[in-house]
Amino acid sequence: MTSSAIEASGLRKAYQDKVVLEGIDLNVRAGTVFSLLGPNGAGKTTTVNVLTTLIKADGGTVRVAGHDVATEAKAVRAAIGVTGQFAAVDELLTGQENLQLMVDLSPVRAKDGKRIVTQLLERFDLVESAHKPVSTYSGGMRRKLDLAMTLVGNPQIIFLDEPTTGLDPRSRRTMHSIIRELVADGVTVFLTTQYLDEADQLSDRIAVLDQGRLVAQGTPDELKRRIPGTHVRLRFTTAAELDAAARIIADSTREDEALTLRVPSDGGTKSLRALLDRLDEYSISAEEFSVHTPALDDVFLALTGHTTEVVAK
Amino acid sequence: MKSNSMVMLRRNFKHITRNPTSVFNAVLMPIVIMWMFVYMLGDAFSVGVDYIDYATPGLMLLAVCYGLGATATSVNSDMTKGIINRFKVMDVSRGAVLTGHVVAGVLTNLVAIAALIGVAFLLGFSPSASLLDWLGVFGMVVLLAAATGWLTVALGLAAKSPETAGLAAVPLVLLPFFSSAIVPAEKMGQGVRQFAEYQPFTPIIETLRGLLNGAPSSGDAIAAIAWCVGIALVGYLWARSTFNKRA
Repeated sequence: MTSSAIEASGLRKAYQDKVVLEGIDLNVRAGTVFSLLGPNGAGKTTTVNVLTTLIKADGGTVRVAGHDVATEAKAVRAAIGVTGQFAAVDELLTGQENLQLMVDLSPVRAKDGKRIVTQLLERFDLVESAHKPVSTYSGGMRRKLDLAMTLVGNPQIIFLDEPTTGLDPRSRRTMHSIIRELVADGVTVFLTTQYLDEADQLSDRIAVLDQGRLVAQGTPDELKRRIPGTHVRLRFTTAAELDAAARIIADSTREDEALTLRVPSDGGTKSLRALLDRLDEYSISAEEFSVHTPALDDVFLALTGHTTEVVAK
Repeated sequence: MKSNSMVMLRRNFKHITRNPTSVFNAVLMPIVIMWMFVYMLGDAFSVGVDYIDYATPGLMLLAVCYGLGATATSVNSDMTKGIINRFKVMDVSRGAVLTGHVVAGVLTNLVAIAALIGVAFLLGFSPSASLLDWLGVFGMVVLLAAATGWLTVALGLAAKSPETAGLAAVPLVLLPFFSSAIVPAEKMGQGVRQFAEYQPFTPIIETLRGLLNGAPSSGDAIAAIAWCVGIALVGYLWARSTFNKRA
């Protein structure tokens, strides 16, 4: 499939004099998962709000499901489902009533509505709590209900704004498998996340957003090639030891000031043992040994030259 | 597909029945205040007529204003929790979403006022209004409730959090005390008196008072209706633009 579900070019948005988006270009193919990765304050939610017709961009064009968001908002809205950053569920209603509310507001026929509600409750494992008020639900259950409500109208394109933020690891896994199921059904998913591993596991393409600009875009593998991969760090007590180690270990990168040697590695026991054996062979001992896997912070450091901490301010 | 407005209204009604404390507050507080002023302080005021007959119209207005805090809070929680965004993406009209809140508020107000009038009768309230005058009272109350309701919805949409939304409605609750609700304006001090005479609630209260006495004044009524229409218009336009702009 080569058709685009979402196409944005030159998207700009500013609030008063604070620029939030500075020329965003996106292209999301139908039936794929696209992740917008970035720290808090990067402009992720603003991007979602523009793409979903909630706010108007100051400049640029956006087509969602083939319709212009500015001039054909109604047609766009008919094709999309949006799950915002916070679970937008009605606390005073029960889970079942929340879903029924969505049915009543959507063009779904009343006859089919009952069946849709029952199916969604079953699919999201909410049958037991269907008749309890949402105020008694856990965070994970709210998120599931939130997503179930989004699916009522059978949207072709789904926007998920940080769907797993604040969830425990188990709920996060559940959310991931739900997203995979959606894609298997042919739905296009646009998600935002702060977690590199989440984007890595779920997406076909990732775009990295930093201070309102896209600093990188590509498949997870392409992006990972651009950032320091998993590596081992060895810290020594003297410069002499560092010199000795750097001579015997191929492909290593030395950081003289920190007396540290960085060695690319897959992090597996076999390669680690080989590395340690080699050090032993030459009677070199490191003071400290650690395995590093790249995190969002490393991606940012590599792509922007600054860490996420700076951006968050 | 049902009409969106009916769906929204039903949702608002469910909220009222699920959250009885807000109704309790809207119904009970005005009655407590009535009891306090009429029973405890009433003898100290000399207003020329039985104090309960003087105070009831003002307390009716107070009852309307008391219900507004709950409306502001619930509109704001819809806004800040993303529920309004969800409705917007589903193409539910702002008319349906916001009117639901206004109508639910007006109906809570009517329940509170019916209870208040009931208690007033128990305390010796003896109006001399004809059926037509009572209809006028009903019309005035609905108009007032709708007008302040729209203003409150706008305040609720614009506020940052449910707490500040509740706070934003406080001036509307306090305003009746600086009107002829509790004591006649001419008995107040300099400054406050002028304020009380010209603020919108005074002609509304005087209209209610006139109708309940069976002697409505058309001057007050015209001023009252004009104020209500003005407040409603400002509230509606403000609410509409905030609804469209804020995401």
